[in-house]
Amino acid sequence: MLLIDCPYCGKRPETEFRCGGQAHIARPTDPSALSDADWSEHLFVRANPRGVHAERWNHIHGCGRWFNALRDTVSDRFIETYPVGSEPTTGSHPSQGTEPTRSTQTETRA
Amino acid sequence: MAQPFRLPRGGRVDRTRPISFTFNGRTIEGFQGDSVASALLANGVHLVGRSFKYHRPRGILSHGSDEPSALLSVDRGRGRIDPNNRASVVEARAGLKTQSQNHWPSLEFDVGAVNDLLSPVFVAGFYYKTFMWPRKFWDKVYEPIIRGAAGLGKAPVEADPDRYANRHAHCDVLVVGAGPTGLAAALAAAKTGARVILADEGPEPGGSLLHDVTSEIDGRPAAAWLAATLADLDARENVILLPRTTVFGYYNHNHVALTERVTDHLPGATGTAPRERLWQVRAEQVVLAGGSHERPLVFADNDRPGILLAESVRVFINRYGVAPGRRIVFATNGASAYTCAHDAKAAGLDVTLVDFRTESECGPELGRLRAAGVEVLTGHTVVGSKGRKRVTGLLVAPVGSDGRCGGRRLLPCDCVGMSGGWTPAVHLFSQSRGKLAYDAARDAFLPSVSAQAERSAGAANGAYDLAACLAEGYAAGAAAAASEDRRSFTATPTATGFKPVRIMPTDADPTKQRAFVDFQNDVTAKDIKLAVREGFQSIEHVKRYTTTGMATDQGKTSNMNALGIVAGQLDKSLPGVGTTTFRPPYTPVTFGALVGPARHALFDPIRTTPIHEWAERQGAKFENVALWRRAWYFPRGSEDLHAAVARECKAVREGVGIFDASTLGKIEVVGPDAAEFMNRLYVNPWLKLEPGRCRYGLMLKEDGYILDDGVVARVSQDCFHVTTTTGGAARVLGHMEDYLQTEWPELEVFLTSTTEQWSVIALQGPKARAVIAPLVDGIDLSPEAFPHMAMRTGTICGVPTRLFRVSFTGELGFEINVPSDQAAAVWEAIFAEGQPHGITPYGTETMHVLRAEKGYIIVGQETDGTVTPDDVGLAGMIAKAKKDFVGKRSLARPDVVATGRKQLVGLVTADPKLVLDEGAQIVSDTNQPIPMRMLGHVTSSYWSPNCGRSIAMALVADGRLLMGNTLHVTTPEGFTTVTVVDPVFFDPKGERINA
Repeated sequence: MLLIDCPYCGKRPETEFRCGGQAHIARPTDPSALSDADWSEHLFVRANPRGVHAERWNHIHGCGRWFNALRDTVSDRFIETYPVGSEPTTGSHPSQGTEPTRSTQTETRA
Repeated sequence: MAQPFRLPRGGRVDRTRPISFTFNGRTIEGFQGDSVASALLANGVHLVGRSFKYHRPRGILSHGSDEPSALLSVDRGRGRIDPNNRASVVEARAGLKTQSQNHWPSLEFDVGAVNDLLSPVFVAGFYYKTFMWPRKFWDKVYEPIIRGAAGLGKAPVEADPDRYANRHAHCDVLVVGAGPTGLAAALAAAKTGARVILADEGPEPGGSLLHDVTSEIDGRPAAAWLAATLADLDARENVILLPRTTVFGYYNHNHVALTERVTDHLPGATGTAPRERLWQVRAEQVVLAGGSHERPLVFADNDRPGILLAESVRVFINRYGVAPGRRIVFATNGASAYTCAHDAKAAGLDVTLVDFRTESECGPELGRLRAAGVEVLTGHTVVGSKGRKRVTGLLVAPVGSDGRCGGRRLLPCDCVGMSGGWTPAVHLFSQSRGKLAYDAARDAFLPSVSAQAERSAGAANGAYDLAACLAEGYAAGAAAAASEDRRSFTATPTATGFKPVRIMPTDADPTKQRAFVDFQNDVTAKDIKLAVREGFQSIEHVKRYTTTGMATDQGKTSNMNALGIVAGQLDKSLPGVGTTTFRPPYTPVTFGALVGPARHALFDPIRTTPIHEWAERQGAKFENVALWRRAWYFPRGSEDLHAAVARECKAVREGVGIFDASTLGKIEVVGPDAAEFMNRLYVNPWLKLEPGRCRYGLMLKEDGYILDDGVVARVSQDCFHVTTTTGGAARVLGHMEDYLQTEWPELEVFLTSTTEQWSVIALQGPKARAVIAPLVDGIDLSPEAFPHMAMRTGTICGVPTRLFRVSFTGELGFEINVPSDQAAAVWEAIFAEGQPHGITPYGTETMHVLRAEKGYIIVGQETDGTVTPDDVGLAGMIAKAKKDFVGKRSLARPDVVATGRKQLVGLVTADPKLVLDEGAQIVSDTNQPIPMRMLGHVTSSYWSPNCGRSIAMALVADGRLLMGNTLHVTTPEGFTTVTVVDPVFFDPKGERINA
């Protein structure tokens, strides 16, 4: 079970949280100006990186606040949690996932 | 003589406290401190079970949690029967009833042993190869037979009467294993003031020190050092010492799961204490000091009762004061068995030792043992054993460096202690996703790269020498507590080192030998070889094909031998073959511990409204709606559901009905920007809604599909009273919070769930106004002053109320919101006032019928997450002038504006008495070829008392273009014909609602 550092409450177990998917996807200010393709991209297309991923989390069974987190999808390590509307202080642009950390999965295959 | 194999002295058992329990009905006597295994051995009982596949007689192999064979069913009283308990870890106590497993009719004479004679048939992959055809036999014949024959123990049939507890804990340093390494680690960490938890699976901390009667630590006997160290730890407030506690799971972020056996070892009533306690520990640092497991030697018939692991023989002698035999042969490929032989000899037993290593490969242990008067045969292999239900002799032969055997020699014995080397217990390290590396010098996989904040030490890290373990443990404990403290220990040198051998060389035909690798699954060396010959190369595949390393022991004793055999067959190095992944749990965990207190209402809570008790007194039948328990209908006399609902439906339309709508979700939306917020979230316009007016609100997700609906009242300029569906309350609040916090943080709005603060009494029917008129103060109830879709505040029965004039029935109606703590009193007052008017309580079933008669949708019944407002005929709700709201852009998506979408229609059956099945499929032409094109499905279907016929709603492709057409709907008896109609079946002009 992950241990997640809520920016408002501190470290709490994963069961108190809900993950809200990829972070930093702003709702367009004028959706009607978007083409069908662009709107569909906004609605449905998400990154699925092997490595650092910026995610939305909600401390739903705690303070109820939404915040963002940088998590390494390989090691499950949380690099940083930070409030909605701010940028992370560490790393390159989030959600690119171009720099996966080394796999810690024991390779068992011959 | 009782306990004929109890040694006259020695051991940690309390000889002043005799106990007795039963095994297969026979009384077994032992002492306080015995395990079931040691007590059985003290009584000369070696045959304790039948093997899984071949039903071969099996005994006790080990003294610890790695035991694969001695699995017993343990009966602690009614409802307290557990199968597959390892005799070596169950503490003996008065009143236990233990039973052997997997035999019929008896342990001594087992018909299933015929499998042993048929063993050439039961090769690896037997099931896959044999039960392939005919295919129709798979489900009906083969599977039931195989399932009947499979398994070892029998599952208990009664509900578990015990209580199980759950505990969360945080610590700085969690130490796993309280052997010398773990004790040193805990001591070092505790000295820094760190919060330490030290857990050990045994009933007594100490690990190998509990059976080490010859070593000294820092000039004291090991037992004295142990006692002093435990006293030291015990005196420290910052140390929690947990015996009988197995660390079984290592999860993300140092979340470690432990199961503590609290009362199983106590006889008699244990009061309110739980049977087991599940600990979930969040540790800053973990020290893994779980020790190591001894490997068996792989030779023909190495599974006979009386053949134990060498170290286990030593444990039974030293710790329990029990002789597993009087004439013991140790067979080994390494040094540690010499210590066992020494101790056996010192206990007065007849001892011989056979070493696979040559004279020159042995260390000083050889000379010492010979000096003690023990015959040692070096350069010998073991080619077989004699005996059936108990070993009677070991067949050995000298073996040359070319693997050729010399003349056989039979060593008569009643016990064999075998040692094939040692395997560090890296299970938890592997669970933590750490990376293992093969160490050729120790022939073992050792912890290499950590993935989490942990470190391994001692035998679990490949260190076997006592002084080295102590120093390594101390260093690990200090480092885990961020201390530079290090120290060395002086201790008696430990005889270590072994020469790996996968299968003992033999002079017999290896294809006819039954040399067991995995005792629990009856996997032999030739099974593994066969699997490799058949093309299985990955160790993960070999494991699954042969089942080696599976079941309750998870291959603790067998994995390295199996791995070595596969590597040998493939002519690869051990790391080239790799190792299987270790997964939780380390040892079996009871379901009770995992479930804990989460049973019954604590697992599945029930929410009730303040009206619930009144409804119960009225004899209501209830149904579950989400977590709520709602009154379903109120039968009178012998009425069934249909009779009661027919009466209730009529009563509402002809008089007045009262309904508990308290479960509706309620959210108070407050703030200067409340109207703007509502405007952005709902399809409807809100800015110009006057205070005191209500609107039916429809909410979409960003993809344009309906999320929820409900009546919203504007209480004041900056306050909205929002209602949601019963099941959608939490979802809607979450949806609102998400947008408010993350998209529009600039809006000054506050959201509060008020579902439980307001109870809602719905009064519906032409006489509704007359019933409440005498009770309401401060509100003009006249139709002109208080029209449909208005909300007023005032009092009812002196209780403050938000009185809504709304209707979910199509009748004149009120929804009376009152504070929940006074709702029951208000309800009863209204009910009393309504008596002269024939007021009728109705439940959710009638509510459903009445709303369906009016064609009102229910989110989740007419909608399924792919339905737009236009699909259900509610496009008119959408504010045309609004530039944007959540979901608006998606309503212009190509697939949403395309023709062919399923639209809400009414259906009437040709036979007015036929009530369609909800979910039934709809087609246009029953003669079309299969698979037919399905146009849609029935979403709601009822008998309508007010229409005098059945009615149904359905989602049908282009349904609104099909008005008046005939379609066909599936029924259990075949297709039936229906006509497509408008979904409003009763009072289509909607006049009654404005009465």
